[in-house]
Amino acid sequence: MAKKKTIRTIPQERTPMREEPAEERRRNFSEVACGYTLEQAQREAERCLLCPDQPCVRGCPVSIDIPNFIAKITEKNYHGAYDVITDTNLLAAVCGRVCPQETQCEGVCTVGDSLEPVAIGRLERFIGDLAIAEGWTNIPYIEPNGLRIAIVGSGPAGMACAADMAKAGCDVTVYEAFHEAGGVLKYGIPEFRLPNTVVDAEIGKLIKLGIKFECNTLVGRLFTIEQMIAEMGYDAVFVGVGAGYPSFMGIPGESLNGVLSANELLTRCNLMHASDFPKHDTPVQLGRRIAVIGAGNTAMDAMRISMRLGAEQVHCIYRRTKAEAPARAEEIHHAEQEGIEFHWLTSPVELLDDGNRGVRGMRCIRMELGEPDDSGRRRPVSVKGSEFEFECETVVYAIGTNANPILGQTSKLKLNKRGYIDVDDNLATSIMGVFAGGDIVTGAATVIEAMGAGRKAARSMKRYLGLRDTDVVYRPERIGSDSTLFGIDLGERNHARLHEVRI
Amino acid sequence: MSLPEGAVVTHPGYEIVARQDFSDTTYLLEFQHPMMARAAKAGQFVIVMANEAGERIPLTIADFDRARGTITLVIQAVGKTTREMQQECRVGSRLHAVVGPMGIPTHIGTSKKVVCVGGGLGVAPIYPQARAHKQNGAYVIGILGFRNKALMFWEDKFRACCDELIICTDDGSAGIKGLVTAGISQSLEKHADIDEVVAIGPPVMMKGCAAATRERGVKTMVSLNPVMVDGTGMCGGCRVKVGDKVLFACVDGPDFDGHQVDFDDLMHRLKRYVPSEKQALERWQESCRIRGDAAMTQV
Ligand SMILES: Cc1cc2nc3c(=O)[nH]c(=O)nc-3n(C[C@H](O)[C@H](O)[C@H](O)COP(=O)(O)OP(=O)(O)OC[C@H]3O[C@@H](n4cnc5c(N)ncnc54)[C@H](O)[C@@H]3O)c2cc1C
Ligand SMILES: Cc1cc2nc3c(=O)[nH]c(=O)nc-3n(C[C@H](O)[C@H](O)[C@H](O)COP(=O)(O)OP(=O)(O)OC[C@H]3O[C@@H](n4cnc5c(N)ncnc54)[C@H](O)[C@@H]3O)c2cc1C
Ligand code: SF4
Ligand code: FES
Repeated sequence: MAKKKTIRTIPQERTPMREEPAEERRRNFSEVACGYTLEQAQREAERCLLCPDQPCVRGCPVSIDIPNFIAKITEKNYHGAYDVITDTNLLAAVCGRVCPQETQCEGVCTVGDSLEPVAIGRLERFIGDLAIAEGWTNIPYIEPNGLRIAIVGSGPAGMACAADMAKAGCDVTVYEAFHEAGGVLKYGIPEFRLPNTVVDAEIGKLIKLGIKFECNTLVGRLFTIEQMIAEMGYDAVFVGVGAGYPSFMGIPGESLNGVLSANELLTRCNLMHASDFPKHDTPVQLGRRIAVIGAGNTAMDAMRISMRLGAEQVHCIYRRTKAEAPARAEEIHHAEQEGIEFHWLTSPVELLDDGNRGVRGMRCIRMELGEPDDSGRRRPVSVKGSEFEFECETVVYAIGTNANPILGQTSKLKLNKRGYIDVDDNLATSIMGVFAGGDIVTGAATVIEAMGAGRKAARSMKRYLGLRDTDVVYRPERIGSDSTLFGIDLGERNHARLHEVRI
Repeated sequence: MSLPEGAVVTHPGYEIVARQDFSDTTYLLEFQHPMMARAAKAGQFVIVMANEAGERIPLTIADFDRARGTITLVIQAVGKTTREMQQECRVGSRLHAVVGPMGIPTHIGTSKKVVCVGGGLGVAPIYPQARAHKQNGAYVIGILGFRNKALMFWEDKFRACCDELIICTDDGSAGIKGLVTAGISQSLEKHADIDEVVAIGPPVMMKGCAAATRERGVKTMVSLNPVMVDGTGMCGGCRVKVGDKVLFACVDGPDFDGHQVDFDDLMHRLKRYVPSEKQALERWQESCRIRGDAAMTQV
């Protein structure tokens, strides 16, 4: 290993990543953050202390062996770094771009105690992009075991589960309602933050693993979950349908033309290419002044897309302060750079009719922060007499989403009070052989958490099917690592693990 | 860093196996989809993307044939997409994407005497409902509205499943002269024991039907047609006001209690994209004209 580094000897400043200048990019759709070059990645990797405590690994929802992959970068063993990441994270190029690193790995990095933390996300993206450009895939030799697995939903949860089950030798089919696969990565997160080519490249790797994608398939209506098990011959099913049913506030004026959900705006633009109207048939019609309600990632994406579609002014209306805004720090920063105006501690109370069933503005009220609520954040309370009017022609709601009712309507899956799928600790649902994970279980969360859930469900599925943990087949160098013995999870030794594999 | 083009998951498309033209503006397409034909029920719809650059448009399943494994759509050419489909969809050609069946199937309950009303683009969609009620043992009265005799279609299909059929035309060239609401009043006069009225058509028509039955308190179901994108409950574009609730027509409907629906809201919301729709249509017509001119000069 390299000589001992200390906080004094490492490069002090975090290596900046080149970004398209805000003035130009706010009007085009090219990716904002350009990614590290080899030299930049080398320099940034040098900043990792390889500290023994490794808080970053604990900060990562799927426990990527971060110091190990960074060390591999300093050794110029890039493929090795990719192997380390893909051990736990299937979508390096995606997560490097969209994970909220500041509240996960980077938020607890030791270097961050005195300097800016190691740019772990950028390094991960660097490796993920390199893997795509070089065509690396860790395709193991897979011995088919004759088991058939169906995955419902092609978002990160479904993709992760599909990959693990395919690697275990199962015949895996992913069913997706849309005409393209990828879930939120495709229809939600815009091109300038996560290019579709990146998502498609990751899906391409899954296809190489032998996974089949069946788009245009609305499960529940074309066939039910029960039919998949009883009639279609699937040995197990994973449900990762996300939670995309958008919320509105229920204030007057919400049905005016000019009011839409961020999901509608983003789907029209990202999936249906409305920015290319009329070359693509799907339109999107925005006014000159746009108000977006909410301050999560979805709100930031909606605002920045509006700017790119030619809006004169884009305003963010949020009832708490910047400190509570749930978006990634980088997204808020980029939004600010691009000229979006933020109105913290502000909440709409009514949307105003222009006389033609369009919007002429909204009436808002100022808020202040009171006592902490269930989420631990201070509850916003309205300030009496502080109402004011605000001009805008388009209002976009980005205040969260709920569970989609289709599977509840069409299956006996047990749901919780809020309509999300009820699962046990192993992500098993109330129907034998059916597992669920991602946003449809937890409510809207993150890409990496959805992927983590997909992998966890895959582990449970393998146990349910009596499959050996097959990780060792394609990662021989991991034999003897302390968590597995001959490919069997040590924690599971007491289970009857070595069933005959059904063919 | 430049990334290579990824593998896009593509589907070969859904083959059109039959086409029939009822008039200058109304045409039927039947496409192959055995699995959907097995799953489809009355009242459900599909979302179609005719080509890769196309819009996702909702169309009601006008018929399904489990033996042939096909789904039938009856489409009115009103704007760019439906006109382009009218021009390009031929037997043997393929629809880029079709997803469905979508929506909650019509509840074919215990009604013994049912009036099924279809007007304009609602004539075809009411057919599976009329048939389902008939199969359920109900006495079915069909009321169909057309502008004139030349636009009529499927009279035979309706006769086969309706105990009575009333045709209404705007100009009186067939059946009774007047709107479908005239037909409803006539039926309500004649039969005191009507349990249910089902109406599908343009919003104004459904509004009229609901008004015609409100006083007598006859249960009236309507199938709403707001602008949709995904059809899976994800965009909220299809939200409609029903009673004091805001519901998403694609997953909470499309059938709703006509006496509760706010039709004015629906009609206004249908105009959300009119300027863009106009632009798309004009651009397409212009490109057709240029192509037509080019074809002429080649001759
Ligand atoms: C605009 C936006 C920006 C975001 N930005 C970030 C970010 O920067 N960082 C981050 O970590 N997270 C972000 N998130 C959150 C993150 O994308 C989600 O938590 C994650 O995608 C959830 O994954 P999933 O697999 O559970 O579901 P999804 O990604 O929602 O995928 C579910 C898929 O299932 C399909 N489906 C639904 N019902 C059916 C059915 N009945 N049959 C077949 N298919 C069905 C859907 O069409 C969809 O493709 C963002 C979310 C949005 C909306
Ligand atoms: C549940 C449902 C079932 C339908 N069934 C049928 C049917 O069986 N036969 C039929 O001919 N038509 C049906 N329609 C209407 C059909 O979807 C529209 O006529 C079509 O989308 C028009 O597209 P266009 O590009 O040709 O016209 P445009 O010029 O784009 O639109 C003309 C008008 O159609 C409506 N419309 C436009 N886009 C959409 C959209 N994405 N979703 C819904 N409405 C839209 C608007 O009111 C618009 O003003 C149905 C609509 C819904 C919601
Ligand atoms: S916490 Fe920071 S310095 Fe320590 S191993 Fe992780 S990335 Fe390196
Ligand atoms: S069409 Fe998008 S929610 Fe109904």
